[in-house]
Amino acid sequence: MSNQAILQIKTLYKHFPVAHTVKDRLARRPHQVVHAVDGVSFDVARGEILALVGESGSGKTTVGMNILGLQVPTRGQILFDGHNIADWAKGRLRPDGSPEDLGKLSRRRQIMALHRRAQMVFQDPYESLNPRQRIFDIVAEPLEIHGLVSNREEKQARVRAALEDSGLVPADHFWNRYPDELSGGQRQRVVIAGALVLEPELLIADEPVSMLDVSIRAEILTLLQNLRLAHGITILYTTHDLATAGYFTDRMAVMYLGRIVEIGPTIEVLKAPCHPYTQALVSVAPVPNPRKRRKRMILQGEVPNPIQVPPGCRFHPRCPLAEERCKQSDPPFVEVTQNHKAACLLL
Amino acid sequence: MQRSDYLLRKIGFAIATLLVVVIFNFFLFRILPGDPVKLIIHSPRMTREAQERIRVTFGLDRPIWLDVEALKTGDLPRVFDTQFTAYVRNLLHGDLGISFATRRDVVDLLRERLWRTVVLIILGEVLAIFFGIALGMLAAWRRGSKLDTGILLWGLFTWAMPTFFFGIILILLTRGILPVGGMSTPGLRPDDGWVFWKDVGRHLILPTLTLTLLYMSEYMLIMRSSVVEVLSEDYILTAKAKGLSTFDIFRRHALKNSMLPMVTIIALTLGYTVGGAIQVETVFSWPGIGRLMFEAVQKRDYPVLQGSFLLLAVSVILANLLADLLYTFLDPRVKPD
Repeated sequence: MSNQAILQIKTLYKHFPVAHTVKDRLARRPHQVVHAVDGVSFDVARGEILALVGESGSGKTTVGMNILGLQVPTRGQILFDGHNIADWAKGRLRPDGSPEDLGKLSRRRQIMALHRRAQMVFQDPYESLNPRQRIFDIVAEPLEIHGLVSNREEKQARVRAALEDSGLVPADHFWNRYPDELSGGQRQRVVIAGALVLEPELLIADEPVSMLDVSIRAEILTLLQNLRLAHGITILYTTHDLATAGYFTDRMAVMYLGRIVEIGPTIEVLKAPCHPYTQALVSVAPVPNPRKRRKRMILQGEVPNPIQVPPGCRFHPRCPLAEERCKQSDPPFVEVTQNHKAACLLL
Repeated sequence: MQRSDYLLRKIGFAIATLLVVVIFNFFLFRILPGDPVKLIIHSPRMTREAQERIRVTFGLDRPIWLDVEALKTGDLPRVFDTQFTAYVRNLLHGDLGISFATRRDVVDLLRERLWRTVVLIILGEVLAIFFGIALGMLAAWRRGSKLDTGILLWGLFTWAMPTFFFGIILILLTRGILPVGGMSTPGLRPDDGWVFWKDVGRHLILPTLTLTLLYMSEYMLIMRSSVVEVLSEDYILTAKAKGLSTFDIFRRHALKNSMLPMVTIIALTLGYTVGGAIQVETVFSWPGIGRLMFEAVQKRDYPVLQGSFLLLAVSVILANLLADLLYTFLDPRVKPD
């Protein structure tokens, strides 16, 4: 295991079974599954900000949920600091390793230990806060659950630090309020504070700004960026918005229908996209200069049904450059430059 | 708006409602067909004069709410000397009249009966609330399992069952094992101490069980759907991601949030149960308010009916007020405006 990577995803699969009705059974239709995540591999280095970009339904949220053990992967490995989360989530113990080995703990304690070090910021700040808890209690709850504070002063100090780190200054102005007394941006800051209070090493930010007004998006993203600077937190940022991803991330992985199609340094991916899907996304991303005319690449059709994934390259039905061979063989990753890879037969 | 203003306004509404009930309560029984005096008189040989004397005794010779004759003759003091003013005047003095049937003071009658009903209801409600919430939560937790289906079916079955039928079935099932009627075995008196109270306890079992099973079904079903709804909220997922165990998620997040609809339902049923025990009390001959009302209806005992309706209305209004006030404390989203 490299010392660099805090998170390694190895050929992760997550399939959800489709309800098998009596009618299906009578028609002798086979059991079907939704291929939410279909063989995804990537590494995240410690202190890095990686963007996971994709349309809705591409499987990016599912990847995040699997990393935190909120869902059990169908197949594959998720190594967090070298420990396979996929095994914990299944309830399988790994009684090996050093005295500090997480693998020695019971499943419940493993998950606790994981959540102590890896936290998630959810998409919708209007839904992800318990309306009956005061801000203080929301932020203090993780501390209580993980037994990290012994007295009231310590708890207050840590809650204050988390709230103020998240931009809610002064903290005592906010912490006696209820979520519905705050604006969307303030709520999302509370969600971030609730994740930060544990001082996690990894933060999974699942579309943290998509529900917010454009005017406060940059503030929240800058906040995330500053957190990395101040605490060295690793961030996995999932989004459907190339512009926000380009704003502050180091590397970018583009997902399409449960697969990563291109991964590389953010600037390189945006400047010189290799995969036709990335090219299409980049070509339609808005640019501030209205005089700058570009050739837009408009994709035809919809994202195919993830129950019946197209054979060959899964992008071929919509790809403007598709050839006959794209329908037959699944493209492997090709290294374009160092660290920049894409999965396309035409490369 | 301040919370105290909100409180005052809610109390104001409650008082207004009560006034309407008081007025309505009077006229409702005067509109009903039938002559109460005829029901009091058992002997067909009673003279007209004697009948008239009874009318005067109970004030039934006076016009209902306005003496039109007196108005015409200009005898103003008599215009409002009617059954209605007498009713209001007596009510203000805490006098609900005298029972036609038993010649006893209605207030005494109600006071004597109320605690019996309250004992029955409190027992039934507490058990129903406890088991309803517990089973509802269990069903929601194990959603989709056989246990859940079982609880759901049982809930729907008992909810749909008529009270009296259910009571009779229970009597049949426990025939000979448990006393099926009354509050105590005839002959035993409170002076007998422990033996008497043990006997009352045995008599309580069946009616309490009937009440519990009936109310429980509603609480169970509503708690289940409420918890299922709350569990699908995003903040539950957030809690999970923070590292909370299933138990902690229930205790810290799901339970409190799913109790909101329960508070309303419990408060409302509490209001209705004072009278809602009519069927149970009748089936099990439990001498409480419900049975008193049942007998009063049969005997057209207006004062008793009026009194118990008033009691019923007051408890419903109080329960509603309580639910309103509890809500503002339980749910910060309910803004007093």
